[in-house]
Amino acid sequence: MEGFFKYIGKSVEKIDALALATGQPLFTDDMEIKNALQIKSLYSPYAHAIIEDIEEEEALKIPGVKLILSYKNTPQYLHTTAGQGWPEPSPYDTCMFNRKVRYVGDRVLTVAAETEEIATEALKHIKVNYKILPAVFDPEEAMKEGAPVIHDEEGISGVYDARRNLVAHIEVKTGDIEKGFRESDVVVEDTFETHYAQHCPIEPHVTITYLDEYGRLVIRTSTQVPFHVRRIVSQVTGIPLKDIRVIKPRIGGGFGVKQEIILEEICAYTTYLTGRPARYLYSREEEFISSRTRHPMKIKVKIGAKKDGTFNAIKMYALSNTGAYGTHGLTVASNTGSKTLPLYNKAENVEFIADVVYTNLPVAGAYRGYGATQGYAALEQVVDEVAEKLGISPIEIRKKNHIRSGETSPIFRALGEGREGVTQYIQSESLDRLIEAGAKEISWSENRRKKTGKQSKVRGIGMAMLMQGSGIPAVDMGAATIKLNEDGSFNILYGGTDIGTGLDTVVAQIVGETLGTSPDKVIVYAADTDITPFDKGAYASSGTFVSGGAVYNAALKLREQVFEYAREKFNEFDTKEFLIEDGEVISKRSGRRISLSEIAYETFYVRKHQQLMATASFISQSSPPPFAVHFVEIEVDTETGQITPIKYVAAVDCGIPINPELVKGQIIGAIVNGIGYALTEEFEFGKSGKMVNPNFLYYRIPSSRDIPEIVPIIIETYEPTGAYGAKSVAEVNINGPIPAIGNALYNATGIRIHKTPYTPEKVLKALKDNINK
Amino acid sequence: MKAHFTINGEKKEFEFSEGEVLLDLLRRNGYTEVKGNCYLGTCGACTVLIGGIPRASCVTLAAQVVGQEILTVKGIGSIKHPHPIQKAFAEKGAVQCGFCTPGAVLTAYALLKNNPSPTVEDIKIALDGNLCRCTGYIQQIEAIKYAIELIKGGK
Repeated sequence: MEGFFKYIGKSVEKIDALALATGQPLFTDDMEIKNALQIKSLYSPYAHAIIEDIEEEEALKIPGVKLILSYKNTPQYLHTTAGQGWPEPSPYDTCMFNRKVRYVGDRVLTVAAETEEIATEALKHIKVNYKILPAVFDPEEAMKEGAPVIHDEEGISGVYDARRNLVAHIEVKTGDIEKGFRESDVVVEDTFETHYAQHCPIEPHVTITYLDEYGRLVIRTSTQVPFHVRRIVSQVTGIPLKDIRVIKPRIGGGFGVKQEIILEEICAYTTYLTGRPARYLYSREEEFISSRTRHPMKIKVKIGAKKDGTFNAIKMYALSNTGAYGTHGLTVASNTGSKTLPLYNKAENVEFIADVVYTNLPVAGAYRGYGATQGYAALEQVVDEVAEKLGISPIEIRKKNHIRSGETSPIFRALGEGREGVTQYIQSESLDRLIEAGAKEISWSENRRKKTGKQSKVRGIGMAMLMQGSGIPAVDMGAATIKLNEDGSFNILYGGTDIGTGLDTVVAQIVGETLGTSPDKVIVYAADTDITPFDKGAYASSGTFVSGGAVYNAALKLREQVFEYAREKFNEFDTKEFLIEDGEVISKRSGRRISLSEIAYETFYVRKHQQLMATASFISQSSPPPFAVHFVEIEVDTETGQITPIKYVAAVDCGIPINPELVKGQIIGAIVNGIGYALTEEFEFGKSGKMVNPNFLYYRIPSSRDIPEIVPIIIETYEPTGAYGAKSVAEVNINGPIPAIGNALYNATGIRIHKTPYTPEKVLKALKDNINK
Repeated sequence: MKAHFTINGEKKEFEFSEGEVLLDLLRRNGYTEVKGNCYLGTCGACTVLIGGIPRASCVTLAAQVVGQEILTVKGIGSIKHPHPIQKAFAEKGAVQCGFCTPGAVLTAYALLKNNPSPTVEDIKIALDGNLCRCTGYIQQIEAIKYAIELIKGGK
């Protein structure tokens, strides 16, 4: 698209980058707030218990302690902490504070005091009496008759079968699955388990609340979903929605974990009751033990294929552990099927079944990849197993079976996010090109297993093919307002939620392109519920596609107004041959021109007397998938069990990359996060269900020394339903590392590990078992 | 107790308690460009330079560094006059959420002071203590390589 667009496809510098690199006070906790109460929390030491009593009198006597909140003095409104569109597809199974605690780390109470030290001290003087209940940690056990019932409270809703701890049960079938297997030449079945992990944004959750000069409640918070925060805080606290203003400053990373409303309601309620500003900041330990995690799953995949490699039937069963509360339980499990199975649409017989189960373990929620990551961990390894059984290359089997432009999959319609989906046809796709480009870069060959100079070290190459979506179709809306200023600059006011991705820069480029203005003359103000229009927020890979779509629609509307003013001025019949570029409207027919600055001056002060401005919304009826094909070369040390990724190649189709440098950042960032998940990051639990490694010493996220050479290859397609042909790119690439490394491990050593992460211990054990076989 | 520190070239006097860590002292006094709250020295977001050496301010007692020269990211450049490393980070996609950026920039600053022509391996080793969850490090490394060019070119 080089040369076709002026600002689209250009690596415009991220508009907030220099401010961030020079340390400006941009984050939630960088604001100086005088006289704020400091909030600290007490957590359950038991995995399952009833709080019989809380003895807080001693703590209340400590000077400086202002407020203790618990189930005893807070509204008991059942709701979900999932910051999703309304009505949320997650169950209403929690209150601000619950009388029953359901995992080690469940919040029992909070203390608000004059200083953090006093609040922390006060926690030591509170005695909580628990009646301990039997706990269940294994999702299979949790579903059995006689297992402890985790949610037996009155009034919960949206739970499939609370008596069996079953949050959701999903069943989707197309064709005749058994007939499909019967008529297949080979059938392969295998089961893979994925594990608990945490998002680890370097900025933890933090919220500041205060009353403004009119007594309205202001919530400044590190969130991905400012509008959902306003709605849910109102719902949970009973404070009228009109009295709440949510401001999203710069956010220090989210990856899904800040799609949850877990601090805001308590901080808000503290301010509401005391009239005092309040500050609630999670520590790294709290981030691990009491925020949200990725749903661990056990996934069984069965594929039936013809001799030539064509898939005939695919069956997937996912057992998802949502932990103590059901937030995102149904929708994450839905995506395990809906974001994976359509990739192989040549199979006419498809069955997807999922059970989502409560256990007395930490709460799972939204995490980049959102169920697809778990699905691909299993699916892409079974695809390799089928290929091997048929004697076909992993590349050929994928080429034979992948979805193509103009095609659909019945799964799109049958399975949406927690409900029926929408029919959609793929309009942009280049999987064969992705495969070829990636294979070339990694030097793929049929004989790719390599010896190294050292006896104990072997190398192998593996691949994985992936897709995701772009927003939640027919559900999630974004809106934007754009107005013209006297110097020809524009303000964008929109609800889109840049959490570090660069969305604000992307929308400045969209406006720049549409309104003939350099993006540095586009001032972006985002996500303030008093000032900007609604937007669903940052999740489901919706930033560029949905929020960007809203900005694009508003820009088109404003362009019409600008053209109409120029038409009157030029005294022409229509605007058909009008252009807008370099801050001017030009009539190609008459050669007349007028600058945007002149138009603004005239419309403000001379004629018309109106503000040229437009507001528009965007909702999509489809969720065009970005596609990616990953290749990784790894080295396995057969003496230590250590896997070292050597080179990682990701060929990616995200439509038109509006800002290639930002796209590159999304690709590499997701891959490195995925490599951490595949190799080192893991929750370790004690016997009581306590997470015992809640810090970066023992929960190892990748550092600069852990990364391989990474080569992102962006292959452009044009998605007609996206602004300037763009699709999403934020999530899809986190899905690759587990299956690609898993396949590379098999290629290198002949072992396949069925439970992530691929730690040295597991590799060594598998190597040993393989020799003994 | 009360003592003097030199912060970004300015002599300052602050009051602090015996056990207070430098991170808290700095943020309490408006140096909010110093991030981080792991208090274990594991994430590097709180990195400041003490006598030119990168240190995790969350595990450094204020009392330990009395009278010393402390440099935060604001001490090396501003929006109007950014240091080449800050400029390079912004231009090369090395800033996503930006929360780890002040620490990473300072680490790079210290590296280039001691070793104006580091290898990629040197850069990786230097950045090892500055965790970043957004970028995957590649663009940070590219930015530092670019900063070296800018510095050599006198920009």
